[in-house]
Amino acid sequence: MQDFGAAFGLAFHLIATGNDNLVEIVLLSLKVSFSALTLSCLIGLPLGAFLVVRPFWGRGVVVAVLNAMMGLPPVVIGLLVYLSLSRAGPMGWLGLLYTPTAMIIAQTLLIAPIVAALARQVLEGLYTEYDEQFRSFGISRLRAAAALIVDGRYGLVTVALAGFGRAVAEVGAVIIVGGNIDHLTRVMTTAIALETSKGDLGMALALGIILMSIALGVNLAAGGLRAMAERQAYA
Amino acid sequence: MSVKSAVLGTVSVATIAFSGAVLPGPARAEGPQVLVQSTTSTQNSGLYDYMLPIYKKETGVTVNVVAVGTGQALKNGMNCDGDMLVVHAKSAELKFVKDGYGVDRHDLMYNDFVIVGPASDPAGIKGMADVEAALKKIVAKKALFASRGDDSGTNRAEMRLWKAAGIDPKTGSGGWYRETGSGMGATLNASVGMGAYTLTDRSTWISFKNKGDFGIDVQGDPRLFNQYGVMLINPKRCPSVKAKLATQFEDWLLSKHGQAVIAAYHVDGQQLFFPNPK
Amino acid sequence: MPESLRPRSAPPAAEPSAAPPAARLPEPSPRDRARPGALRVEGLALDAQGRRLVDIDHLALPAGGVTMVMGQNGAGKSLFLRLIHGLIAPSHGWISWGEVPCGPATRATQALVFQKPVLLRRSVAANVDFVLKARGLSRAARRERCAEMLARVGLEAHARQPARLLSGGEQQRLALARALAIRPQVLLLDEATASLDPASVLAIERIVTEAAEAGTKVIFITHDIGQARRLADDVAFLHRGRIAEHRPAAQFFLGPQSESALAYLEGRILL
Repeated sequence: MQDFGAAFGLAFHLIATGNDNLVEIVLLSLKVSFSALTLSCLIGLPLGAFLVVRPFWGRGVVVAVLNAMMGLPPVVIGLLVYLSLSRAGPMGWLGLLYTPTAMIIAQTLLIAPIVAALARQVLEGLYTEYDEQFRSFGISRLRAAAALIVDGRYGLVTVALAGFGRAVAEVGAVIIVGGNIDHLTRVMTTAIALETSKGDLGMALALGIILMSIALGVNLAAGGLRAMAERQAYA
Repeated sequence: MSVKSAVLGTVSVATIAFSGAVLPGPARAEGPQVLVQSTTSTQNSGLYDYMLPIYKKETGVTVNVVAVGTGQALKNGMNCDGDMLVVHAKSAELKFVKDGYGVDRHDLMYNDFVIVGPASDPAGIKGMADVEAALKKIVAKKALFASRGDDSGTNRAEMRLWKAAGIDPKTGSGGWYRETGSGMGATLNASVGMGAYTLTDRSTWISFKNKGDFGIDVQGDPRLFNQYGVMLINPKRCPSVKAKLATQFEDWLLSKHGQAVIAAYHVDGQQLFFPNPK
Repeated sequence: MPESLRPRSAPPAAEPSAAPPAARLPEPSPRDRARPGALRVEGLALDAQGRRLVDIDHLALPAGGVTMVMGQNGAGKSLFLRLIHGLIAPSHGWISWGEVPCGPATRATQALVFQKPVLLRRSVAANVDFVLKARGLSRAARRERCAEMLARVGLEAHARQPARLLSGGEQQRLALARALAIRPQVLLLDEATASLDPASVLAIERIVTEAAEAGTKVIFITHDIGQARRLADDVAFLHRGRIAEHRPAAQFFLGPQSESALAYLEGRILL
């Protein structure tokens, strides 16, 4: 079944019938990727803001490393997390391998640098505008960083979306550390990989269409939020 | 105070993300669980999807399967990641046990390998039962051949066959000999895409849905015998191994009832696995 | 010979720095000099890329009242303001306020209002609250001060609106309210009314005058000669980075003594 029309039909059928397995897989995908995004924002946004407001020796290197980490293949991250969480690895005693938690850790490592690097770019523009006024008022760097995050919040939504997009679409890391275990760690992307390897390309494509629809929905929601903010001249 | 506002600022964006993080997860399997590192063919053929719900219903134990190539499964087993193995590379399995990584190994079931190829059959091997002769013809015609190239059980079986035929296919690497470095399914997809012959286990082939115009060319040679084995990861080496649950599942697989379940699994009216515990 | 290479003691050809005494304001009394609004500048220079952008041998401003700073575009007015506020470091020279060297301590008693108001992407009230919070005021004190300042600039009805939805004049009034909220001893304005409508200009001038009358030293850069006439107690005229003259407003507008200021008031461009 290599017919695109048939794949769309199957995708629609899967959604319309509310297939339990599909719902479970979609929900796990969202849960894992949103959790990773939450952690990445908690790490990446302050880090990005800190890099903007705090000039220090070697900042250029840190920024270069962050930018380079944006291009790290998910498989490499997956491998690093596998080696750490494996029973034979340093954190094997946690027993986290092949759990959703391991997938969240891997995706966090994958997208936290993206969130940090993009947040830095977004907030740098804002800081150029605020810098003199902040220094005039004697605003501390910590407070300035916090203000940048608050005031840049709608631009940062776009940053978060970029991170989410990468997390929810990657397969290399989660298949290694999650193991694609049915009803436990199977997510959209690993299910697509499995269906592909079964030669069921129609099903794989249908799942791909559903994944894309979800990503589209999330982006539209965030875009609506941002448009609303821009109407209020906040952005 | 400013720390508070820093946290608040971060959270204002993170909350948007968090609203998703609290979504209910899958009905994460409750109760006892056992983890199997497995070859891919048993998963791709749908055997687990058929068999494991039956086992769960009878015993309440959830069996989680990580399907990787046999080579990867053995490596993961050496790292103590999992409780037991279902693989198909007997000599490697015996070495695994001898080296102390595994215990309690048993033959579980068998099927056979087949060589599949395009309808055009460029090497003219259709209907042959002598695998060595067929391989020689493929080399002579420099017909495309896709290899797993991933140290899996099927890959090891393929390499054994080349060796028996006195051929070193690596000399054709990148030419007529294409190593995909991928699982059986991906390699079959690649074969169909390229019009290349490949060696596959029969169960994966029968349940494979993207066959194109491909069909079985070579089968029935005793050297194409494909033995699956089951064993526990050594609980003495790996304290995390749930030996009791793993033994329970292994005993079930090897029992008359377990064998009957395996034998009952059919795709397109064909039996995929034949139990043969000793 | 390029300007920057001239010895600093030598008078420039076009602009005798040894201006007649009438071109200078009388030096402040010792008591005045100790007040926080009393700016004193000695041998101040700012160089960038081999060019001397600001070059002020000596300047002493009275501790109170409104000093209007005038000069053509590129004369170095904005740089001068940032130098005395301590936002940029001079290449060399000495700046003090009430005999306290310019630095974070003096900056904390001052507020700067920019030509284009830099407002946070928050509500009107939150903009004022932000600086008060940074100053460590309690929540109750902040609320009270915020209401007071917004009332003073006539924005109390807009407290909850997004600051960036305000009109240009309202935005500048908010910037002014925020600046005055920290009760500065010195208020610096960098062309704060440029590109505003007349009503807004008037409103801002009224607020600035009130602040000056309440004892805040005001230093105000402007291009608007009428505005300078309305507000100035004294005028400092900058030309090519130098103080061309600094005199009481009445004398300055009667007849400036420097060629550059004369040309400026007559609407001629002097290069």
